[in-house]
Amino acid sequence: MATTSNKTGEAKLNSFRTGPDDKGFFGLFGGRFVAETLMPLILDLERAYDDAKNDPEFGKALAFLHTHYSGRPSPLYFAERMTADLGGAKVYFKRDELNHTGSHKINNCLGQILLARRMGKTRIIAETGAGQHGVAVATVCAKFDMPCEIYMGATDIERQAPNVARMKLLGASLNPVTSGAGTLKDAMNEALRDWVTNVKDTYYIIGTAAGPHPYPMLVRDFQSIIGREVREQIVAAEGRFPDALVACIGGGSNAIGLFHPFLDDKDVAIFGVEAGGHGLDVENGHAASMNGGTPGVLHGNRTYLLQNYDGQILEGHSISAGLDYPGVGPEHSWLKDTGRVTYVSATDKEALTALQYCTRMEGIIPALEPSHALAHVMRLAPTMAKDEIIVMNLCGRGDKDLFTVAKALGMKI
Amino acid sequence: MKTQTRIDRRFAALKKEGRAALVTFITAGDPDLETSRKILFGLPKAGADLIELGMPFSDPMADGPAIQASSLRALQAGQDMKKTLALVAEFRAQDPDTPIVLMGYYNPIYVFPGDRFLDEAVKSGVDGLIVVDVPPEADEELCLPAIERGLNFIRLATPTTDAKRLPAVLANTSGFVYYVSITGITGSAAPDVNNVHSQVARIRKSTNLPVAVGFGVRTPEQAREIAVGADGVVVGSALVTAIQQSLDGDGHATGKTAAAVLDLVNSLSKALRG
Ligand SMILES: Cc1ncc(COP(=O)(O)O)c(C=O)c1O
Repeated sequence: MATTSNKTGEAKLNSFRTGPDDKGFFGLFGGRFVAETLMPLILDLERAYDDAKNDPEFGKALAFLHTHYSGRPSPLYFAERMTADLGGAKVYFKRDELNHTGSHKINNCLGQILLARRMGKTRIIAETGAGQHGVAVATVCAKFDMPCEIYMGATDIERQAPNVARMKLLGASLNPVTSGAGTLKDAMNEALRDWVTNVKDTYYIIGTAAGPHPYPMLVRDFQSIIGREVREQIVAAEGRFPDALVACIGGGSNAIGLFHPFLDDKDVAIFGVEAGGHGLDVENGHAASMNGGTPGVLHGNRTYLLQNYDGQILEGHSISAGLDYPGVGPEHSWLKDTGRVTYVSATDKEALTALQYCTRMEGIIPALEPSHALAHVMRLAPTMAKDEIIVMNLCGRGDKDLFTVAKALGMKI
Repeated sequence: MKTQTRIDRRFAALKKEGRAALVTFITAGDPDLETSRKILFGLPKAGADLIELGMPFSDPMADGPAIQASSLRALQAGQDMKKTLALVAEFRAQDPDTPIVLMGYYNPIYVFPGDRFLDEAVKSGVDGLIVVDVPPEADEELCLPAIERGLNFIRLATPTTDAKRLPAVLANTSGFVYYVSITGITGSAAPDVNNVHSQVARIRKSTNLPVAVGFGVRTPEQAREIAVGADGVVVGSALVTAIQQSLDGDGHATGKTAAAVLDLVNSLSKALRG
């Protein structure tokens, strides 16, 4: 990574946007920790992505789909009532919940399905937690007529029933995963086992900015459309960049998509919000891998993990299936250690409160995942001046969570 | 000339005998430490020539249901890395010759942390390491420090390791090469024997190291067929399945557990000697 030395001889970064290095590392984090069978495949993928990146036709095809299929650019919306009520900074939402399929996950899937087709792959596999990624994968597979197998934890299948129905309607075949706690980590293990078995024809669409290099990089690049749009939209609306960015962190794809284009804009404070579950002090009761974990190696990369003293991975907990993952994308781990991004957390309860608040204040039902980001906005905005600006990534809509929310609030539906 | 390790000596001796090595995999602490010790200590007499001892991990991504369950049983019984190393030390105190290769995933080693793990592995009498998720691209992480300490670092070669990649895979490999006979997870369908023979021949052209073949070998008959043209046959899922089938309704070891594994090892060994 590019560095300069200051007078004390201490190395100082002059850009936060140059990673990863050619072995896929962001400082200590990232890399390619996979079994030999998969190594040739991820090296192939790296070459294919490099090639695609430099091909204007690839960019054009993706831009066309953004405009005509998923509905980009997504609006940047001034949350007027909420701003007045919180009494501090102006709050803007980046409305990625309005994308086709209801979340930011489609941004990544459109990019990766084009890549899979370029590589001549004929079968798609994916893991999913909340089912938003699974739905986005099933959607692009329907559109491009590719067979698709989705791995989803049995626990998640139960709490995200609407998305299960959508995937089935879209023609995906759904594989319930019962190992472990039956959540996202276990689904990812099973997807990797499928990939290692079906190496010739299969493309694995990873749903977040994690996994072995080049996935964290390419998922970030496909999601960075979020931050690039915000740069233009906020200047159009306010004549300047925001003072703060806020996004929730599962594996970290919506967050890195918003953050990355702003990493070198020093005056923009950046906050990632992890799932605090029952509270960071409750052992195995949260999914805040950076605030409550330690570095380790899982799913092909080194990153902060929830684990015990022996390196055994913990299941973690979050009310939000999309945040219920014991790791985090490696670039976030690096941004944490460099201090460029501040990572905080919000509990299940705070997220539920934020969800209800947003619904009543703005007439928008957010997903439980961005409700965590919103919980932090509710803390942050009142501490800022009225002429300051916060942009939050409203990366998913709440339809999928209605059963979970109703149950948590004791509502009958 | 590098000093000979226990693994080198064992393969050299078997070459003189004119037969392939039986390499057996069990997970340390499966189904509990006491039973696992009994199995481990009985393996050489039952006919195991080399022992792969699994370091249990919560997320064994390259393993099928049998070894996943085995890992989970060990962890639930309280196994951890310290106990695994202590188990090897106990074994080594009463068996100076049978090579032990620790096999598993990187994370429990990384958090130990790695340097201390390597030092303690050497002290305990470990001979080699197979770490599934540390490819040659990351050699400086673990492989080179292991070699510096005199441990063999055994690399997996797979059907996807093509001619271009094979030299990189073999570069820092020592002890033996582990040929994974299928693309897939452990315990999957049996490999096509003819295909395995030609793949092993392909690898031999690039190395003088012994080549052992594993993944999917279950029965004495398969072991005998695979052994033709190979220097070793690895059996794992079949052994931990034998453990599983011997457990009582609560998943605890019974009087039959150790014998179930050792009897199977015995018949595999006979097939290779026969
Ligand atoms: C709406 C929504 N937001 C966020 C996430 C978390 O993923 P990431 O951190 O990669 O954005 C998910 C995952 O399923 C999601 O569905």
